[in-house]
Amino acid sequence: MAAVLESLLREEVSVAAVVRWIARSTQGSKDNPGEAAALSSLRPLRKEFVPFLLNFLREQSSRVLPQGPPTPAKASGASAALPGRPGGPPRGSRGARSQLFPPTEALSTAAESPVARRGGRRRVPGPARERGGRSLEEGVSVESLPGAGSRRLRGSGSPSRPSLTLSDPPNLSNLEEFPPVGSVPPGPTGTKPSRRINPTPVSEERSLSKPKTCFTSPPISCVPSSQPSALDTRPWGLGLPPGCRSLQEEREMLRKERSKQLQQSPTPTCPTPELGSPLLNWTGGLTDELADPARVSSRQRLELVALVYSSCIAENLVPNLFLELFFVFQLLTARRMVTAKDNDFELSPGALDSLESPLFQSIHDCVFFAVQVLECHFQVLSNLDKGTLKLLAENERLLCFSPALQGRLRAAYEGSVAKVSLVMPPSAQAVSFQPETDNRANFSSDRAFHTFKKQRDVFYEVLREWEDHHEEAGWDFEKGLGSRIRAMMGQLSAACSHSHFVRLFQKQLLQMCQSPGGAGGTVLGEAPDVLSMLGADKLGRLWRLQERLVTPQSSGGPCPPPTFPGCQGFFRDFILSASSFQFNQHLMDSLSLKIRELNGLTLPQHEPSDEDGESDVDWQGERRQFAVVLLSLRLLAKFLGFVAFLPYRGPEPPPTGELQDSILALRSQVPPVLDVRTLLQRGLQARRAVLTVPWLVEFLSFADHVVPLLDYYQGIFTLLLRLHRSLVLSQENERKMCFLNKLLLLAVLGWLFQIPTVPEDLFFLEEGPSDAFEMDIVAPEHGLDSMPVVDQQLLYTCCPYIGELRKLLALWVSGSSGRSGGFVRKITPTTTTTSSLGAQPPQTSQGLQAQLAQAFFHNQPPSLRRTVEFVAERIGSNCVKHIKATLVADLVRQVESLLQEQLVTQGEEGGDPAQLLEILYSRLCPHGAQALALGREFCQRKSPGAVRALLPEETPAAVLSSAENIAVGLATEKACAWLSANITALIRREVKAAVSRTLRAQGPEPAARGERRGCSRACEHHAPLPSHLISEIKDVLSLAVGPRDSDEGVSPEHLEQLVCQLGQTLQCRQFLCPPAEQHLAKCSVELASFLVADQIPILGPPAQHRLERGQARRLLHMLLSLWKEHFQGPVPLQLLLSPRNVGLLADTRPREWDLLLFLLRELVEKGLMGRMEIEACLGSLHQAQWPRDFAEELATLSNLLLAEPHLPEPQLRACELVQSNRGTVLAQS
Amino acid sequence: MILTKAQYDEIAQCLVSVPPTRQSLRKLKQRFPSQSQATLLSIFSQEYQKHIKRTHAKHHTSEAIESYYQRYLNGVAKNGAAPVLLDLANEVDYAPSLMARLILERFLQEHEETPPSKSVINSMLRDPSQIPDGVLANQVYQCIVNDCCYGPLVDCIKHAIGHEHEVMLRDMLLEKNLSFLDEDQLRAKGYDKTPDFILQVPVVMLCPLAVEGHIIHWIESKASFGDECSHHAYLHDQFWSYWNRFGPGLVIYWYGFIQELDCNRERGILLKACFPTNIVTLCHSVA
Repeated sequence: MAAVLESLLREEVSVAAVVRWIARSTQGSKDNPGEAAALSSLRPLRKEFVPFLLNFLREQSSRVLPQGPPTPAKASGASAALPGRPGGPPRGSRGARSQLFPPTEALSTAAESPVARRGGRRRVPGPARERGGRSLEEGVSVESLPGAGSRRLRGSGSPSRPSLTLSDPPNLSNLEEFPPVGSVPPGPTGTKPSRRINPTPVSEERSLSKPKTCFTSPPISCVPSSQPSALDTRPWGLGLPPGCRSLQEEREMLRKERSKQLQQSPTPTCPTPELGSPLLNWTGGLTDELADPARVSSRQRLELVALVYSSCIAENLVPNLFLELFFVFQLLTARRMVTAKDNDFELSPGALDSLESPLFQSIHDCVFFAVQVLECHFQVLSNLDKGTLKLLAENERLLCFSPALQGRLRAAYEGSVAKVSLVMPPSAQAVSFQPETDNRANFSSDRAFHTFKKQRDVFYEVLREWEDHHEEAGWDFEKGLGSRIRAMMGQLSAACSHSHFVRLFQKQLLQMCQSPGGAGGTVLGEAPDVLSMLGADKLGRLWRLQERLVTPQSSGGPCPPPTFPGCQGFFRDFILSASSFQFNQHLMDSLSLKIRELNGLTLPQHEPSDEDGESDVDWQGERRQFAVVLLSLRLLAKFLGFVAFLPYRGPEPPPTGELQDSILALRSQVPPVLDVRTLLQRGLQARRAVLTVPWLVEFLSFADHVVPLLDYYQGIFTLLLRLHRSLVLSQENERKMCFLNKLLLLAVLGWLFQIPTVPEDLFFLEEGPSDAFEMDIVAPEHGLDSMPVVDQQLLYTCCPYIGELRKLLALWVSGSSGRSGGFVRKITPTTTTTSSLGAQPPQTSQGLQAQLAQAFFHNQPPSLRRTVEFVAERIGSNCVKHIKATLVADLVRQVESLLQEQLVTQGEEGGDPAQLLEILYSRLCPHGAQALALGREFCQRKSPGAVRALLPEETPAAVLSSAENIAVGLATEKACAWLSANITALIRREVKAAVSRTLRAQGPEPAARGERRGCSRACEHHAPLPSHLISEIKDVLSLAVGPRDSDEGVSPEHLEQLVCQLGQTLQCRQFLCPPAEQHLAKCSVELASFLVADQIPILGPPAQHRLERGQARRLLHMLLSLWKEHFQGPVPLQLLLSPRNVGLLADTRPREWDLLLFLLRELVEKGLMGRMEIEACLGSLHQAQWPRDFAEELATLSNLLLAEPHLPEPQLRACELVQSNRGTVLAQS
Repeated sequence: MILTKAQYDEIAQCLVSVPPTRQSLRKLKQRFPSQSQATLLSIFSQEYQKHIKRTHAKHHTSEAIESYYQRYLNGVAKNGAAPVLLDLANEVDYAPSLMARLILERFLQEHEETPPSKSVINSMLRDPSQIPDGVLANQVYQCIVNDCCYGPLVDCIKHAIGHEHEVMLRDMLLEKNLSFLDEDQLRAKGYDKTPDFILQVPVVMLCPLAVEGHIIHWIESKASFGDECSHHAYLHDQFWSYWNRFGPGLVIYWYGFIQELDCNRERGILLKACFPTNIVTLCHSVA
């Protein structure tokens, strides 16, 4: 490999030839024969060139770092790749990887934390760590510092080297991201602190020590191997047992510690005594070492390598574009390095053209190289977000080394609209209750309905508890919620309940996690504004502040592993804790369905020749819609992948040998949960890769180790690799894919290729030359791929790790290191809701007419079609609702009156209800036929107006009328399809409900159904409240019954007022409900009884505790008229003659019967009670046991009353009843 | 009417072992003249109910019932007109209405062949005239009219108060031109949980001294005082369920509440003691 590079450096072959040589298996005819010859001899090594080149660059960049002696392991590992030892056995990545992690270390860490182990293996860095002699001397583990910067924590804690923060070259030493082949694992010293420091449990999401937990090293291998690494087993995504996070925890703690120290000494001391430079400040610029173009050591050589490197990047020969850019940015922002005199690498003229001398001999070389590469990738840079662009454009090194590039970047910055908005993080919002899908009719039984009702509440209770506690130390999801979740799942017995719950779960998932804020994706802010507002020196403080304010969100370096950030963690843990087979199955079904549905969504077609200037406005909407769909798909696919591959993932190493073969044989029988291969193929054919591939990547990122070995999935990977290779950014073509679309695909694919379960040799093994990836079908003219559907917002949302670039630059400006989060941003979240009524878009086509309609839309702006379809959809749905509310409601009213008749004619029961129903159905269902006619009429009437209102005023008349007609047609089709299928069932259901309602109402209280009068128009509802009156009357009653204190009583005025108020209340019906009226009636009767028996204690002179007869009569009179006039419900007047109330008289001495007689007469007079009724009551009174004299008096009274209805005698005393001759009394009447 | 926890505790402290009678209420009003009567009654009633819930079981042992019944029989044998049952209830610190029910049940067991059904007992309590024994009827009636925390009359008053406040709230909504769906409409549509009102168009309630407002989708009227116990029960059975379905909303405790309970504002459950005045509707007009 080195030979190629060497011959290149010696200018034996041209860069173009080399790139062609690498990229294509067949050599281009353009190559000059000499070149071809030189290269063809090296042909077997062709595949290894790119990995070699990448490693070489990492190696070289690490070499110039001034931190201590190179480690032996590193050196030996690197030697294989170094020129000059071409015969050395190339080290495969396996070897390298295993070597990165010697068995002992692997064992010890494996026991603690697979995460840490894996992170360590991948990014261990050997050189920087090992070379970091200083830190080792201090006994503090300084892991090499990546730009993303959580590495300095330990170093900065050391008082002896307060300047470590700055003196640590952030990028060049970042071998964790770019480990050269064969570097060594962290030595024991590296992990020592973990034993010294008591770990605090921290949630995974919070961990900011991402460079450790993530794998960012490109899986560079010199010799492809078909066996997955034995260490590639980290079951990320699986909830790790609490004890397994020690490394992360430590880092988190250290991070906090560091930020504390940073606060204590915000201005670090001078880090560069060797250079004699003055104290650094935080305010950006060229702080550490001035990079000087004039001091670049071997310009030509650097230019050549940069060119080859750039070409490899441009041709997508590297697995991950952004990883390379990250590396280049690191070179650009290298802070300082020890000058050459510290090393032996003095420039020797002869070394220039070989690889013997280091490529980067000084910071000048690094910057020069970086700028060279960046110049080649201006187009990518110009498409980064505005914040990154600004930081780039303001980078003084860039200005210094390439004013031209800087100028272009500045122009790009000024022209960029790729702003990133700063929005509040969303809080949990519940899925709203939709009667159409959630009411009783959608459940198999009452029980299922009520169970689900409870489950919904339990689910949210659990969710709220999670929100409250999941960030607390020591809180554990499983411990806190597991049993409750399982108990709840246990109740979901019916299959239909499962599907309801899954629907809720999925909707909630979409609602909470769809927005990037909710997903906890990296947050990007409008840095320029913040910077200009605060000044760079405040930025560090701002960041630290924000770290505390905003949930820290880590994207995990330039290549984070798949995680469940933010709220997603809840859903993942829920699935794990529920551990319900049924739930998982229903969930997979539901997710697959939704994915299919969203993936197949017709996204509006862009018409490039949209002349009417509305395209801008429209495209905002189009993009937003696309973004919503894409983000939803990614989320759903991620969870589908998680659940689908859950049974196959585990902490144990992937099987090998025979075991693997048998597993493969078994697994190849299992059909995929969702036919993603077909979906991918179709997506590629329909030129919708930009929609399909990003979610597919999410899905695949959760695959287990066996998956990539299965034929089915191998096919997918092959397609993806070819796609990746074909996405050459420089090939601009109107008909092909838009630039940002490509960038998105490159980013997600690059990320996928870094996933540990994806065999790392996969990428470099693939033979397919880019030309081979030609769509073997006739692609539609305008697929989604060729539309500008992706913007920076979406790109950064989907690939938060791209934001690492900006962080790197910002770090350079601020000199601060303590940040890994960013500003919160999100796009407006939208929940997808489906209406139950005719959710299916009209599918039927009526041949020619349908074709014509299609053609009509073809040349119209896309908004027209959307409008028409929207109107049709809504009007159709409204039509059904309208029919329900009119026709069906009318039928129901008819039913009610028919039923009344039936009940009247047939007596109370009205016959057998079932039979009755059948009769009603047979009479009413034929009316359903009207529904279609009515529906047609409705759509005809409503659609045109809606279309007209929604289309621009200026729409030509012909277009408008066509649009109206199509809308009418579609709406009618939709409505009629539903109605003809469902109207009969609907009528039957409603009639049944009406009948049972009527029969129920028929039951106990027919009187209650009598017509009720409201209050008069003039009523201002100022009457006393019924509750107040009941309470007042109750007080009077309790006084009357006693016991009472001697000073207790009521004034006659109060009594009168009370009765007046009762009248007012009864006249104002505003607040009166039937039960209150009933109680008022009863209380008033009781009150009358106490009045009759003269039992109400009256306040006044001690001698007179009784009410005057006249007053009593007046009160009784008032009550009588209330009973007669104002009570609308029945008044239990017979209570007046209940033994208990009449018995009240028995206790009074002397007994006075006149009030009772008066009352009874009046009752008869007013028609409130019939004579017969009174007679019956009095008759039953005789059955009770009374004192003898009382019984006699009572008998007399009844005789009197019954015999002489018009007794003129106003005063009747007990003595008269007893003493007077009965005959006389009778004679008098 | 919004009390701090400390203020509430002070009132609750005075209610320990106080019988639920007219006289007790009068004294309470004198003790806390600054509080509204309705609030005091509500607090009293709720505290008393808590007390009864705690002690309910000990009055329902067969020994206790037998002993109460014997005491009742002895009492009325001496003097049927004396408040035997009421005094007994007060003495053993039990609600008079509940004591009446206990004795009535026991009485019916003795006098009827079949054990009395719940509905028969309820009906007799509603209308003691139906009780076959005249003396017992009077005793029961006395208990019921003298009990201000339990019994059919009190239940009716509470129900009426609840209804009245719902009506008032409805009027206020109409007056403010806020369209809504009420409980009956919601039930007819098949909603499984129904707050008193769901606003068809949500509003924002502005808070004094706060920049942001609170979105309100639904309003629940509670004609009682919001103490810890009842509020937590309501949260669990109603408010969170509403939130789960309809989003953030407003609870009006017309008789006040403990200030500290209004801690779920950010989460979407807002407490008020009256209809909010500072409402912003979608068209940005301040109602």
